[in-house]
Amino acid sequence: MEFEKIKTEQQLIDRMSHCAKCLDLKFHCEPGKKAIAVCGGTGCLASDSMGILEKFQELIKEHGLEDKVTVNIVGCFGFCSQGPFVKVYPEETLYTKVKTKDVEEIFNTDILKNEVVTRLLFVDPQTKEHVQKQHDIAFYKLQKRDIALHGNGEINPEDLSEALGYGAFKGLVRALHMTRKEVINEVLQAGLRGRGGAGFPTGKKWSFVPDTDEPKYIICNGDEGDPGAFMDRSIIEGNPCAVIEGMMIAGYAIGAENGYFYVRAEYPTAVARLRKAIKELEDVGLLGDNILGTGFNFRCHVRLGAGAFVCGEETALINSIEGKRGMPRPRPPFPAVKGLWGHPSCVNNVETLACVPYILREGWEKFAAIGTADTKGTKVFALGGKVNNVGLVEVPMGTTLRQLIYDIGGGIPGNKKFKAIQTGGPSGGCLTEKDLDTPIDFGSLVAAGSMMGSGGAIVMDEDNCMVDVAKFYMTFICDESCGKCSPCRIGTKRCLDILTKICDGKGTPEDLEELRELSSFIRSNSLCALGQTATNPIESTMKSFADEYEAHVVDHKCPAHVCKNLMEYYIVPDKCAGCTLCSRNCPVNAIHVTDDPAKLPNRFIHHINQNLCIKCGSCLAGCRFGAIIKR
Amino acid sequence: MAKLQPGAVKQITEICNRYKNEPTPTMMILEDIQNEFGYIPLEVQELVSELTGIPVSEIYGVVTFYSFFSMTPKGKYVIGVCLGTACYVKGSQLVLDKFSEILGIKPGETTADGLFTLDVLRCIGACAIAPAVSINGKVYPQLKVDNVKNVIEEYVAKEA
Repeated sequence: MEFEKIKTEQQLIDRMSHCAKCLDLKFHCEPGKKAIAVCGGTGCLASDSMGILEKFQELIKEHGLEDKVTVNIVGCFGFCSQGPFVKVYPEETLYTKVKTKDVEEIFNTDILKNEVVTRLLFVDPQTKEHVQKQHDIAFYKLQKRDIALHGNGEINPEDLSEALGYGAFKGLVRALHMTRKEVINEVLQAGLRGRGGAGFPTGKKWSFVPDTDEPKYIICNGDEGDPGAFMDRSIIEGNPCAVIEGMMIAGYAIGAENGYFYVRAEYPTAVARLRKAIKELEDVGLLGDNILGTGFNFRCHVRLGAGAFVCGEETALINSIEGKRGMPRPRPPFPAVKGLWGHPSCVNNVETLACVPYILREGWEKFAAIGTADTKGTKVFALGGKVNNVGLVEVPMGTTLRQLIYDIGGGIPGNKKFKAIQTGGPSGGCLTEKDLDTPIDFGSLVAAGSMMGSGGAIVMDEDNCMVDVAKFYMTFICDESCGKCSPCRIGTKRCLDILTKICDGKGTPEDLEELRELSSFIRSNSLCALGQTATNPIESTMKSFADEYEAHVVDHKCPAHVCKNLMEYYIVPDKCAGCTLCSRNCPVNAIHVTDDPAKLPNRFIHHINQNLCIKCGSCLAGCRFGAIIKR
Repeated sequence: MAKLQPGAVKQITEICNRYKNEPTPTMMILEDIQNEFGYIPLEVQELVSELTGIPVSEIYGVVTFYSFFSMTPKGKYVIGVCLGTACYVKGSQLVLDKFSEILGIKPGETTADGLFTLDVLRCIGACAIAPAVSINGKVYPQLKVDNVKNVIEEYVAKEA
């Protein structure tokens, strides 16, 4: 869209109020008009939400309704397991799991006749009732999605006017009327702590940057490497302007004129939207020289990661921007003193920067009123794994894990038993049943033996083996250790060797002792946070699931029946119908018929030859009589 | 050492020129070359070094450090099995094993006919549709072990 330049604050305010009116018209619609929003988050894009969008566009054109019906994409709705979403305004009807072939029905029924397509509404698993509106769905009820996820699922992330209509840059305008020190104080008073994992007070981090004349840099850490975490990606995809505004405020506060976004190359959609937003802001003059006539100059640059987890560590990230191997540097000197190209730099996480505009726009009091004594504001979690409602949630600090898993997450699928929730990714730990009523904040999660981390929250049930989970994280860390310091490079490899030995059924109780010793050595001797926290998954599972480790090394059994060498498939004679299906499915001919009569007449019980069995599980998957078990 | 084709030299020169004004362009140049050619062999690294003045040792160091860069050509179809935590707890290791078994290659390798490369991905953020597999950017949601064969056949059929 062509934009006139915005050169003064008044021009910006005029533009904002114009855009706000347009956006209001989209949400509330004049009589006879409708607006359709299709989810354009990565999860829904994978389920062909672009196809849905195109189909709507086609139908609107076919019916000549271009003046009455609009359709565009919006950022992530967060309830990813129910996607793709289509939301129809002004009724705010939310359709879930929409397929391209459903579009015609929505169009003919809802758009043309103003009737709801009931079969595409969300069904509450408890009440079995259809829920028409988003805010009536249990998943959304305990959430507070207007700080870090501000605008997500509401505005079109590729349209600057929608962002302007939704309050973007109001925070910046206020900041530009304050001194740098006042901005830092505002953020300090709000109690904002870094959302990347460590929870360091953001205002304090900014205040460490010296007030000198040399070039300074603000860097946004979007190298979201924790497997199972997608908060930063969704925030950038859903409302890139919010992150840019946060970066500009931070840049103003520390006296930086250049900001660098470091985003994973694995996030093509986020990168494209970020670049588009930056381009549009440059075109209207909100990025560049003398912004709003205040004399504040600021430019944004995008740099891509290249698939190295360690680059999430701030000094490694700086090395990577400098075109070097992404290896951490010893600190001090801290980046605030000597960072990018040797100049003072400040590295903030995406979610942290996304919270900043809210604080400046609404005032620190409002932000500080949310949360616990330890941590203010909200936290975005990527809730995943064995939980019914997989998705992106934003909750006030102080929400309990139980609320997160059961009220918002909808509990564990298939009536399985909850076993653990893993927070903090490869640097974090597992929390169990006894920790479920812990209110979430930085301090409480550490006290419970895990950490907040960047926001990945993976739920595990009785079918997950915790030794195997520890091994999984160790495999990841071994791959991603940069190799600079030997405790991490060699130590994590040794840990993985031991864990592999245990999972293969060759472990001994002495191995557990060695694991403990190694873990504490790696923790105290590694150079950067990656190594220092690398063994958290081992230590926390050894503490909470000591019995599982013992079962592996003493009885040589895997209680969750995951470790292949420690379990077997077994046909329960009483249940076997002798249908021969398992025997036919077996890829290695390990299942044979015995002489004992089975349930069905003229059929015989089957038996698995354990020496031949490769434990592929195809017999169990196929059995219609529930006769095959793991033991 | 194989000689680069004039067209390739021209393209690489153009990529290097693109970032002439950047203080530290190594990553950006290599990312573009990786995207354009699919791999960054030694002779290309030498050329980049010549054009930019960055020591080839440094370029080699960067290429070998980041998993996004490859020194060998990838297959026509790059199969990425997500082994992020959410996918892993939902059995993506078994999906990876199945691909490996049917294609007869280990993760990181390419089939002899140059058709498929099997890669491990560390979370593509599609956790709601775990286990997820991405083939040349197309994401297959909730891929079951039993469907792996069909997916491979879909691509083999395209080639036939």
